[in-house]
Amino acid sequence: MKSAKKLICQRLKKNKIAIVGLAMITFLLFLAVFAPWIVPHDPIEPNLGKRFLSPCKEYPMGTDDLGRCVLSRVIYGTRVSLQVSMSVVGIIAVIGVTLGLISGYFGGKLDELIMRFVDTVLAFPGIILAMAVAGALGPGLFNVMLALALVSWTGFARVVRSSVMAVKEKEFVESARALGCSDLYIMTRHILPNVITPVIVLATLDMGFIILAASSLSFLGLGAQPPIPDWGSMLNNGRVYMRTAPFLTIFPGIAITTAVMAFNFLGDGLRDAMDPRPQRELKK
Amino acid sequence: MTLLSIRDLRTYFYTEDGVVRAVNGIDLNLEEGETLGIIGETGCGKTMLGLSILRLLSENTKVEGEVLYRGTDLIRLSKAEMRKIRGKEISMIFQNSLSSMNPVLTVGKQLAEPLEMHQHMKKQAAKQKVIEMLKAVKIPSPSDRAAEYPHEFSGGMRQRAMIAMGLACTPSLIIADEPTTGLDVTIQAQIIELIKEVLEHSGASMLLITHDLGVASELCNSIAVMYAGEIIEYAGIIELFKNPRHPYTRGFFGSLPNRGLKPMPGTCPSMINLPGGCKFHPRCPHASSRCEKEKPDMLKLGEKHYVRCFLYD
Repeated sequence: MKSAKKLICQRLKKNKIAIVGLAMITFLLFLAVFAPWIVPHDPIEPNLGKRFLSPCKEYPMGTDDLGRCVLSRVIYGTRVSLQVSMSVVGIIAVIGVTLGLISGYFGGKLDELIMRFVDTVLAFPGIILAMAVAGALGPGLFNVMLALALVSWTGFARVVRSSVMAVKEKEFVESARALGCSDLYIMTRHILPNVITPVIVLATLDMGFIILAASSLSFLGLGAQPPIPDWGSMLNNGRVYMRTAPFLTIFPGIAITTAVMAFNFLGDGLRDAMDPRPQRELKK
Repeated sequence: MTLLSIRDLRTYFYTEDGVVRAVNGIDLNLEEGETLGIIGETGCGKTMLGLSILRLLSENTKVEGEVLYRGTDLIRLSKAEMRKIRGKEISMIFQNSLSSMNPVLTVGKQLAEPLEMHQHMKKQAAKQKVIEMLKAVKIPSPSDRAAEYPHEFSGGMRQRAMIAMGLACTPSLIIADEPTTGLDVTIQAQIIELIKEVLEHSGASMLLITHDLGVASELCNSIAVMYAGEIIEYAGIIELFKNPRHPYTRGFFGSLPNRGLKPMPGTCPSMINLPGGCKFHPRCPHASSRCEKEKPDMLKLGEKHYVRCFLYD
């Protein structure tokens, strides 16, 4: 929507926190894409002569138990985190939106079936179910992604379903039907564009959640396996040396916090900007 | 030649409060090139009749009877076959042009839909055709307007665009459900002119659903007056205005400002709990005991003038 897009951009620009979030995400993306050219040292190659160096000029974040540069590993960790969260959010958005569309549009028994399935998944505490799944599949990044996708698509399904139920009663759906549109056509061409706003917001917020969840699983040893530089496994690794070398945990911790916060800031900002009610503007 | 022939059409809804009898056995014929007006009060089932013809009603509805379009019974067509009729053979123009258009698609895209669907036009060709269509319904600078969203159009423009959409595939029958309601009087007049022109140009027939006698008199050849889901009087336009016979029709005309503004007492009966006998008898000034018990049949009063009332028995 041309004018609506403009309006959303305008509102977003006014929201300083959202802009900060956007800037942080851009920065993280930049780090992830250009990691090989930015990092000062090899993130994987051990250098046993330089173990546990405190932050200094050459190693701004110090070195770990194998003498590897923590800064380089944190930068490479951005790659892993963003890759995982983007693929998982992509997968769950597609699954959730599809099921939500079907459920909301057709209603009846199909809706009942899909929603009870959603309830079943929701009945488990997400991260624990993901742990169980990842544990059963065996450790590894791919399995973590699979596990997270399996437990977190429900939000999309529910949000989309409820929006679809409101939109499908609108007159333009009837008028589309009067023109001879098929159900599939109406669902994809007419209803989907009308329910995409909450999906975008949810996807942004979920990015942060997935980064956090993936880091948790890695911390527990289920995610990225050494020597892959991953924030969660770096935390786990540094835990042992917390007293002597706190920088091993502090910097990956800051990275996780920053990334999660960035996506939450942007998500909240988007939610406010896409809110169709104009009250927020009146307040100013 | 008869284009549309409706035989004993009945539409029922099953609701928690009971069965809603929205259409109660309607017989109608629509000739090729004819414009037939369906008039009646709010809630008499006019819109339901229109939706029943195109089978656009929800799952909890039951439609009985026959709707013969060029000899094919629409009620018995499969869903896929019905989709090929909608928009291509029979199209519908809705009342509220703002809510009847998708707010997140441009007008041009929505107008192109029937072309892409029924005539399998390529995007570029459809775009060109859309601009022609918008020009035909007198929308200024059509190529710019096609890229705009429905809310950027004025009410009259949107209604023009709706008409263009209804005509996209040159249908033989157009069902127009209150096409001028909600527009101000000057725009109403323009839209009526446009519809007239368009009908003349395309030779299509139209079923005009309205409660506005003025609009009906401008556009229709004949009129069917509907009350509580039944046709109670049917006549040519001039005959009906000169010589309304049914007490309800008379009351309807009497409530016009230039004929004394005498509103009829009471309202349309609830479609769940319809009165027995003649459905109008509780409001009828001439009601007798016979009207309460028996249901009057359609009586022929003259050539093309039928009425459902015992007064003329």
